[in-house]
Amino acid sequence: MSETSAKLAGQQRVDAASAQVAVSIGEIFLEFLIIGATSFGGVVPYLRGSLVTKRHWVDDKEFVEMLSISQSLPGLNATNMAILVGDKLHGALGAIAAIIGICLPGGVLMYVVGMFYRIHGDHDFVTAALKGVAAAAVGLILFTVMGLSKKSLAGKFDFVFMALTVIAVNRLHQSVPRTLVLVGLLAILFHRPRKKQKENATL
Amino acid sequence: MNQIPALVRVFAYLSILTAGGGMAAFPEMKILTVEVHEWLTFPQLIHLYSVGQMAPGPNMMMILVIGQWVGGMLGAVAVLVAFFGPTALLTFVVARLWKKIEKWPWRTSIQQGLAPVSIGLLLAGCFTMAKGAISGVETAAIAVGVLLILQQYKVNPALLVVGTAVLGVFSFMPK
Repeated sequence: MSETSAKLAGQQRVDAASAQVAVSIGEIFLEFLIIGATSFGGVVPYLRGSLVTKRHWVDDKEFVEMLSISQSLPGLNATNMAILVGDKLHGALGAIAAIIGICLPGGVLMYVVGMFYRIHGDHDFVTAALKGVAAAAVGLILFTVMGLSKKSLAGKFDFVFMALTVIAVNRLHQSVPRTLVLVGLLAILFHRPRKKQKENATL
Repeated sequence: MNQIPALVRVFAYLSILTAGGGMAAFPEMKILTVEVHEWLTFPQLIHLYSVGQMAPGPNMMMILVIGQWVGGMLGAVAVLVAFFGPTALLTFVVARLWKKIEKWPWRTSIQQGLAPVSIGLLLAGCFTMAKGAISGVETAAIAVGVLLILQQYKVNPALLVVGTAVLGVFSFMPK
């Protein structure tokens, strides 16, 4: 590892050492600002391209791990990932730089959109366009839901828990926290650690 | 009347509901912003969310527009801090604990148990949204079309969304 001439191994060296190399706040902010400004249609692929492929700030395994934490916790994937990566690179300040960077471009854009919409939002042209977009957004969320289901639902009982959640919120008009706690506890207890399953816990 | 404290309260509360994604908070966002506080109408909320799909970055940035309408620039910033602050802090703290409990068998149980619930919350949000966005055969066809195209082809969702805006102008403009 003390050899510094091995240029070919440079990439792996960066990967291995990425935990130690201090990345400056400015660099973190700028990189997340770029992601925030270019990530049209979903942030995750852009995060991977930038943080793993381009910058080697996190390796692939770590990225997947962080993503799974981001998904399990409240908060958007994009901002949770910014916190995790920023924290890893430069502690609390890094996390703050990353989340501001990733939010800023979209935020400025939406601020302008908000002013425009307030003045022109009831024009026929705008209403017609947004009617199409709103319908598309429903398709988009369904696609996300199906992708997540394929990836993280195991067995028919998970679908029962999912259905219970939907019914509780949409039909019984229960608040989300109550639903989250009740159905969540039920599901966690269902998935409780069992000795026999320990071997294939990855399921 | 100064509405900033109310904005902060509402969006800090909504913040912790976003398990699985921003959409999970949508049903309560509708109740609180439209019905309780009357900051905007349901069609406006749907429009803002939809436009937000064309913007880069985290896909709930539309919330700042609600703050802007209610309390100007200060309102917009207040909403953003309230909405992203609590979960950011939570993630920051829990991620550090999460590593420490790697060997704890319940960790997997929690992750496996929360997955179906958070997906259910997203779906519930989707249904709430659909109630306002799907108003007939045409809009239903657009939603299904988008879903099928995304499943079939590797196309950037933002492009699709722009496409449906154009489609909307041609289909839904009053003659």
